[in-house]
Amino acid sequence: MAILINENTRIVVQGFTGKIGTFHAQDMIKYGSNIVGGITPGKGGQKHLSLPVFNTVKEAVHQAGAEASIIFVPPAFAADSIMEAADAGIKYCVAITDGIPTQDMMTVKNFLCRFPKEQRMILTGPNCAGTISPGRAMLGIMPGHIYIAGNVGVVGRSGTLGYEAADQMKRLGIGISTSVGIGGDPINGSSHRDILEKFEQDDETKVVVMIGEIGGPQEVEAGIFAKENMSKPVVAYIAGLTAPEGRRMGHAGAIISSAGESAAEKVAMLKDLGVTISPTPAAMGATVAAVLAGI
Amino acid sequence: MDIHEYQAKEILSGYGVKIAEGGLAYSPSDAVQRARDIGGHVWVVKAQVHSGARGKAGGIKICKTHDEVEAAAEFLLGKRLITHQTGPAGKVCARLYVESGVDIVKELYFCFLVDRSSERIVMVGSAQGGMEIEELAANHPEAITKIYVKPSVGLQDYQAREMAFALGLSAEILSHAVKTIKGCYRALRDLDANMLEINPLVVTGNGELVALDAKMGFDDNALFRQQKISELRDKTQEDPREMAAADRGLSYVGLDGDIGCMINGAGLAMASMDMIKLAGGAPANFLDVGGGASAERTEKAFRLVLADKNVKAMLVNIFAGINRCDWIAEGVVEAVKKIDMQIPLIVRLSGTNVEEGRRIIAESGLPIITAETLAEAAEKAVQARNEVVARDMAKEI
Repeated sequence: MAILINENTRIVVQGFTGKIGTFHAQDMIKYGSNIVGGITPGKGGQKHLSLPVFNTVKEAVHQAGAEASIIFVPPAFAADSIMEAADAGIKYCVAITDGIPTQDMMTVKNFLCRFPKEQRMILTGPNCAGTISPGRAMLGIMPGHIYIAGNVGVVGRSGTLGYEAADQMKRLGIGISTSVGIGGDPINGSSHRDILEKFEQDDETKVVVMIGEIGGPQEVEAGIFAKENMSKPVVAYIAGLTAPEGRRMGHAGAIISSAGESAAEKVAMLKDLGVTISPTPAAMGATVAAVLAGI
Repeated sequence: MDIHEYQAKEILSGYGVKIAEGGLAYSPSDAVQRARDIGGHVWVVKAQVHSGARGKAGGIKICKTHDEVEAAAEFLLGKRLITHQTGPAGKVCARLYVESGVDIVKELYFCFLVDRSSERIVMVGSAQGGMEIEELAANHPEAITKIYVKPSVGLQDYQAREMAFALGLSAEILSHAVKTIKGCYRALRDLDANMLEINPLVVTGNGELVALDAKMGFDDNALFRQQKISELRDKTQEDPREMAAADRGLSYVGLDGDIGCMINGAGLAMASMDMIKLAGGAPANFLDVGGGASAERTEKAFRLVLADKNVKAMLVNIFAGINRCDWIAEGVVEAVKKIDMQIPLIVRLSGTNVEEGRRIIAESGLPIITAETLAEAAEKAVQARNEVVARDMAKEI
């Protein structure tokens, strides 16, 4: 099954004809993702990478049956692109763009709440590496070859740390159902908790790995959800044991600003909630292997 | 991005928030002149550094004569203020704000913040002002009132009134309080601030509500559309290494350890630093070189890491996605040759074109220590650092 995307998902690229959009669209097509076109306002009617270009997301939905979109639009315009996708009836959207203003993201989240829950677009990101269901479809910028198909679900804020986890698992022969990057921004489309809920409903996923970091309340909220609502084991690693308080560590969201946001505090709370902790970032693969063996 | 108290007050004053009369001074004679301009019998000379808790660090002086103002200015200018927010390095005071003394009847705490949990703006207030909010939250959580503002609708009058009553303000100054609170909210929204704190907000003897201190922090991601705010940046208040990194498009945070780091991706960087710590070492910095690490960028990153003279060994950990390991390897080899690196270098490459990358490192003839996994890389880095320290000690003896 996998979650969010599979080989049939009809995907469009927003910011299709730009340099970055073009590069990653080619990569996704090569991986086997079902890309059906793209959007660049003003270039509608043209062809790019032998695929149709549309002026608006609505046209792409009506004419190409687009269901999912991926956004490579610059930060100043990205919030608008996300809202356009939601309004056009796109079901799942990945925002890759890094650097969207926080207030714009608040507006986006508010806009999404206009729609009744069953019709509401799922957004992951911004500032993420995207989502991959190995062997089926890639909606992101990750190196597809480091993932093998299997039954471990992965959700994380960081791109390269997610690669590290995939690589450790691959070395141990462990495959992934879907890997979802939720991004490093303070306000993001979906939380760890939202993605855990999806994995809980997915028959194929047996174990979920949550890769968190310092800052914000999301990992603990997800831990509470796992304890109360999940039958599947959750493994977690929290990055940033060495991060000093009050300093932003690269990601806009990676800043310890109040109690409970440091890595050590999060680890202690997650342990109490029954989450299996990977003690080091190098032990993510082995920890998952041990949990899988115990099922 | 942070700004100074006097800058925040100037902004807030434009939004209808009352502030005490004051002026900026760069020298003791400036300070005396400002005191003369203001008039009165009591002045407060305040060090302008990007930090809260300046009072505790001795950065705020109450003066009763012009001579005292001059002495306070002489004492504060050039002084390095160390607070829990500045870290042990402290921040140097190069500007003073001289303000008229205020007859304080009541001190309150007031702030606006972006709340990540509710994804809304939260207004926080307490009738027990003058204390750090962290202290207040820990000792008197019941004394704190939080009111959430929905960004689509904005702050409503009734919410401002609710806050005013929670702060214990009397009916006489209610309308002024609402104006002050709404003014702060508009400033936050209009200018893409993610934090606005007034501590203390005071009720004066003649029944006015005055912002005695003001602190604003802005969303770095929004500075592209806040030209006027960007211009308020005071580079002297920021870590010179972090500034240099930002100018080169790199994300760098200086730390206290001695193992330099160059890593791609913020999460992997934090994880690598954790591994160094678990292996018994301490990272000298956080450095994310980002996705498109060209040879030029790699060299800049090396120079930045090695500019820290504490660094005794350097770890490069790259998981190439959009990048390619062979490009990174070429960049590393070139940088090491150009810089004439004198300390051990540990390189771990993984991901796209990894075999090619490893071959380039191996064939370079340089004494680069390589590692395959994250754990191995961190252990080798700590080991190399320990050898350097032992050798240095042996030399001293």
